[in-house]
Amino acid sequence: MVALAADDVRPNETVYHIKRGPEGTALAIEDFRLWYGSSQALHSVNMTVERGLVTALIGPSGCGKSTLLRSLNRMNDLIDGLRTEGKVVFEGTDIYDKRVDVIALRKRMGMVFQKPNPFPMSIFENVIYPLRVDGVRDRKILEETVERALKGSALWDEVKDRLHQSALGMSGGQQQRLCIARAIAADPEVLLMDEPCSALDPIATAKIEELIDELSGRYTIIIVTHNMQQAARVSDNTAFMYLGRLIEYGETEAIFTNPKLAQTRDYVTGRFG
Amino acid sequence: MTSTPFDTVAAKGRAQSSTRVRTTDMKAVGEPNLWAFGGALAFGCVMILGFLLLVFWNGVTTFWPKPLIVVTQADGARVAGEPFRAEAFRPGPEVLATLDPATRKVIADDGGLASRSLYRIGNYDIYNEDFRWVSDFSVTDTATPSGMMFIERLEWGPFIGRIQGVTIDDQERPALVGDRAGLAAAHDAARARWRQIRHIERNLIGDINHRLESERLAVRRIAIRQGEGTPEHTAALQRFAETEKVLQAEYAKLAADAQALKAEDARTRITLAEIGGAEKTINLSSVVRMYPANDLDLMGKLAVYASRWWEFVSDEPREANTEGGVLPAIFGTFVMTLLLVVVVAPFGVITALYLREYAKQGRLVAIVRISVNNLAGVPSIVYGVFGLGFFAYVLGGSIDGLFFPERLPNPTFGTGGILWASLTLALLTVPVVIVATEEALAAVPRSMREGSLACGASKWQTIRNIVLPRAMPGIMTGVILAMARGAGEVAPLMLVGVVKLAPELPLDGYFPFFHLERSFMHLGFHIFDVGFQSRNSEAGKPMVFVTTLLLIGLIFIMNISAIVIRNRLKRKFAGSQF
Repeated sequence: MVALAADDVRPNETVYHIKRGPEGTALAIEDFRLWYGSSQALHSVNMTVERGLVTALIGPSGCGKSTLLRSLNRMNDLIDGLRTEGKVVFEGTDIYDKRVDVIALRKRMGMVFQKPNPFPMSIFENVIYPLRVDGVRDRKILEETVERALKGSALWDEVKDRLHQSALGMSGGQQQRLCIARAIAADPEVLLMDEPCSALDPIATAKIEELIDELSGRYTIIIVTHNMQQAARVSDNTAFMYLGRLIEYGETEAIFTNPKLAQTRDYVTGRFG
Repeated sequence: MTSTPFDTVAAKGRAQSSTRVRTTDMKAVGEPNLWAFGGALAFGCVMILGFLLLVFWNGVTTFWPKPLIVVTQADGARVAGEPFRAEAFRPGPEVLATLDPATRKVIADDGGLASRSLYRIGNYDIYNEDFRWVSDFSVTDTATPSGMMFIERLEWGPFIGRIQGVTIDDQERPALVGDRAGLAAAHDAARARWRQIRHIERNLIGDINHRLESERLAVRRIAIRQGEGTPEHTAALQRFAETEKVLQAEYAKLAADAQALKAEDARTRITLAEIGGAEKTINLSSVVRMYPANDLDLMGKLAVYASRWWEFVSDEPREANTEGGVLPAIFGTFVMTLLLVVVVAPFGVITALYLREYAKQGRLVAIVRISVNNLAGVPSIVYGVFGLGFFAYVLGGSIDGLFFPERLPNPTFGTGGILWASLTLALLTVPVVIVATEEALAAVPRSMREGSLACGASKWQTIRNIVLPRAMPGIMTGVILAMARGAGEVAPLMLVGVVKLAPELPLDGYFPFFHLERSFMHLGFHIFDVGFQSRNSEAGKPMVFVTTLLLIGLIFIMNISAIVIRNRLKRKFAGSQF
């Protein structure tokens, strides 16, 4: 058991050994700091997210991994008293720039939440919701999108006969895959997943993991997870965070088998956390 | 003790090892509290049930025809009437002095108390009273003789007595006195004629008056816009004179028709005699309903009962509201409540939306919220004063000055009316809607909003597509509460447009058909008026119950429909797992 005080870790001590993607960098987080009111939740995070790869964020509860994820599509804007400094560069623009259209940004970054949150509508309406808010009315486009998104989330065969029934009648795992379908219906570049399997049983979890595997390559996926085996199974790169700092960010295999820092090893082997 | 102590069970057969008692005592289980909670609920239910039963029973029995009892008193005086109620009273010494010793002894044994009964004797035009007390000790004989008639008249209230004679077209027809069917046919004919007279006087002549008035107003408008003496004004005056001539001719013709019918009507009369023998002759058409109270079988009673109810819900009031129907009041209450909902629902919801979703939560919003909640505690009469001062005088006065200058000094919107009453009640009930809507909005799960926002929906799209539908059942609950509160409110209405008798409904055949400026009748005010403002509160009492029953029924129906709509929404929007 290694007890660590917050001061032990300095931002410049982050150890990097990531796997580079074939298509370069999708996101660059530069000296990103975040405060909830007066308490600082993120301390100078620097990292890049490789396009087309799956990046996992791990760390004990309260380490800021969800906060970091939600900063990427500016979901944190909803919280009163939130303040940020530093940059998140996406496609060459800082998304915290005042001129950035948050709504347009979110359309390019789909998000899947911890608990499945389908809307109280039909399955069909759920999937095309991103198109509806864009004002798309063409029936043909909508139907094509539904089929593409549901096939993409491996749900098509299960629900193709009951597209117009309420989404609330589905099982939890199906609902979560529906939420993934809804996220990819908008044709985003990045998929943000905030512990997508924490409310699901092992079989549903396995299906989602399979799905993440299929989706990688097409989308840049960032996944927050508490489940270290899951991170090891699905991700290419893993970032270990602790007390609001990025401790080690590297290739998943190395993080889990041969981490550079003792602190990371202690966490991934379950000695603390 | 609510349960067997564990120790007693466990320690059977061996020595008790500990002095500590391991048991659950009554205080921990909270059984006394349970009794108190249940008792409070039961008490509330009993009170409400008792109230509803009282209203229901009195309301339902009022129209049932009662027998007419003829009471003969010791001094030979006879009283005929419907028994109304009985009570104990203390006869004065001067009354006791006139009694025989045996009766006096009975009264003295009873502690000086004797009983007396109240009879509804009718015939106000002859007796100058509707009710009479009869001391039971002075009664020598009671009977329910055949042939006693209960006759409801257009004027002077009911007549109780016998039919002495019938005159049709100035010819005496003694055969009809005993012939109930024949008399009923003659009565129907007379009533049809009376309705025709009313139609001419009210609708046809009313129509002419309305046209004349609008022509006059048109001339006034031109005088105000173009100035008096201008060529346009002169031309308008000339046109008006011509129209007036035409309308006057029409009026003269209609008035002559009505006069002729009235003369014809006056030749059909009925002569009635009260129990003492005094006679009274009235037009047969002024009899609303007559029935031989002591000779009715069940079907006959049912027919009278149904006919009274029908008159009550479908006719206008007469006799200072104590008789006739309450249709204008039902209509006024309904339209006012509907208008109230139409105003209060969007207004309250929009306010709550801004407060909850858009306003920055801080001290200012907290103050606003507390103020809104406090508004619900302001006495309703204060809203009435505000409604009169602001809506009627300020707003209505400005509207009159801008749009209806030709009608001044007679106010159009510048006085109480159904629109102002609805707005006043909307103001009174808007806190209910705001609070309910805020609660409903706050109860929409955060995950729903985030899901929508993450799909690239704007804040408004999220509210419109996700939040509002989810909150709709809660909002509807608020609107239902507001509606129930508004429909039952009377005090502020007395200041902003409710009247004792409104000759014109807010809805009629004249353009623009829906007259928001008109004063109206309201069931709640009707109850107050009949019960406490009428000539004879004793006669009004049964009507109070009937009207209350009707008001409760109306509110019940409106609430039930709103609840049905809400539940349908709930099924549509709410999932089972959030």
